[in-house]
Amino acid sequence: MSCRSPDFHPALRAVHWLMAAMVMAMLFIGVGMVSTAGPLYPVLLALHRPTGIAILILVLIRMPLRLATGAPLLPADLPPIQGTIAKGSHILLYATMIAMPLIGWGMLSAGGYPVRITDGFVLPAILPHDLKLYAALRLTHTVVAISFFALILAHLAAALMHGLIRRDGVLRSMTIGHRRDDPRMNGD
Amino acid sequence: MSPSSKGALALNVALIGAIVLVFVDGFAWAAGWIGDRRISGGDVIAAIEYNGGSHPGYRRAHTKGLCFSGTFDANGAGAALSSAEALQRGSIPVIGRFSLAGGNPLAADGRNVFHSMALLLRTPDGQEWRMALDHTPIFPVADVASFVELQRATRPDPATGKPDPAAMKPFLAAHPEVKAFQEYMAKAVLPSSFANATYYSINAFRFTNAAGTTRTVRWQFAPEAPLTGLDKAHLDMLPRDALFKEMIARTARGPSRWHLQLIVANPGDVTDKATVAWTGPHQTIDAGTLVLTAVSSEETGACRDLNFDPTILPSGIGLSDDPLLAARSKTYSSSFTRRAGEDPGPSAAAHLVRERAR
Repeated sequence: MSCRSPDFHPALRAVHWLMAAMVMAMLFIGVGMVSTAGPLYPVLLALHRPTGIAILILVLIRMPLRLATGAPLLPADLPPIQGTIAKGSHILLYATMIAMPLIGWGMLSAGGYPVRITDGFVLPAILPHDLKLYAALRLTHTVVAISFFALILAHLAAALMHGLIRRDGVLRSMTIGHRRDDPRMNGD
Repeated sequence: MSPSSKGALALNVALIGAIVLVFVDGFAWAAGWIGDRRISGGDVIAAIEYNGGSHPGYRRAHTKGLCFSGTFDANGAGAALSSAEALQRGSIPVIGRFSLAGGNPLAADGRNVFHSMALLLRTPDGQEWRMALDHTPIFPVADVASFVELQRATRPDPATGKPDPAAMKPFLAAHPEVKAFQEYMAKAVLPSSFANATYYSINAFRFTNAAGTTRTVRWQFAPEAPLTGLDKAHLDMLPRDALFKEMIARTARGPSRWHLQLIVANPGDVTDKATVAWTGPHQTIDAGTLVLTAVSSEETGACRDLNFDPTILPSGIGLSDDPLLAARSKTYSSSFTRRAGEDPGPSAAAHLVRERAR
């Protein structure tokens, strides 16, 4: 695969960083809103739902884009176990980005709540009104959120390790990209 | 590896660790695990349970209840204030719940406490208007911190059944706003039926009409049944489930009706404190009639598995600046999530409804 680009497609990079900001904001909004009975609670709740649905829409655009444009090869000298962990963690990140909004949507449906996204826009229920189901999904939403945050931090640490310590172009492939005269641009 | 590259490596590892740590700290702060102590929904529930005991499987407050159903027939006059579909001329189905204040599902009805009505109005556009209304126009406290203190101060002493004066005195001194509510409860008629009480929105809300004009509104459901009161001097003589029994029997004879009265704030009316009544003449719009046609126990009705969160509002109605709304919403949500994970207990009204059916 010598013709493969050393970088992720620019569109994919743009969506990656947009979603990185949104997902991070979402996790902070989420833990923040459940922590308080103060006036910030309804404000954060009103942000949480539309942002969650926006993330779901973005990941549904991003996944086919990623499958169509592919990923650059990992450095040849990277130990195989690290390559496996990298691939596995990326699959987990995608799965979680899809699962979290769906769990939230399903949880509100099972709780008998209207899934109100913005003023005048209500989504239909995707699960039956069932309190036991609601309780299970409510707990799952928290557990997956905390795990997601840990996974993102591991992803961030690994990216910085590639960029600052190994300096192998992996971080560059999702940020500014390689220069045109970089030998990797012609395949290596 | 040379010493200098070893040093560079250590520096980079430390830098990566520091970046990750900034995120972890920020997250812990956002979650309230570090930093200033804040009051969560769980804290409010802990205070309620400190006051009235723990009753798993039930709503943490307004626990003793009865489901009902009926319709809301809007006459269209409310459209002048709000574009909410529920206020446009037409009839929509209603799910509701009567309850008495407190966390004990088997409490006696003869107590000088809130008589409450919760409503869910669902319109064909999929929007919902949920309400949790009380038979008093005002609430004892204005914010969540005071509510927690109220629960702690008014815990009944097991020996006397009354709050401990040693806890009550400093609380009342610190919270003069509670006086208005105490005076109201002491003077006001305690309705002899769920059907003849006026139920109030407690908080103010913002209504926006189709033209985009926003006004602050409180509302009340005024009964057609004439108000008569319980004998407050002999409340302890009232049979345990008297109010529930009366409502079941009354509904078997025919429907009960209330008029939704929307009350528009005058300039200068307090909108952010549910402890302060709006006095004097106000523009009031009769927006339609609530018709209650059937009651059922929580076991068989549609109300038990719903959270009557008063901040669930349709387009055209929004929250006011009253901080109590956020506190009610969060607390109801925490109560709902807890009982959802527990097995629901039997309701006091279940056998009354069954007896009536026989």
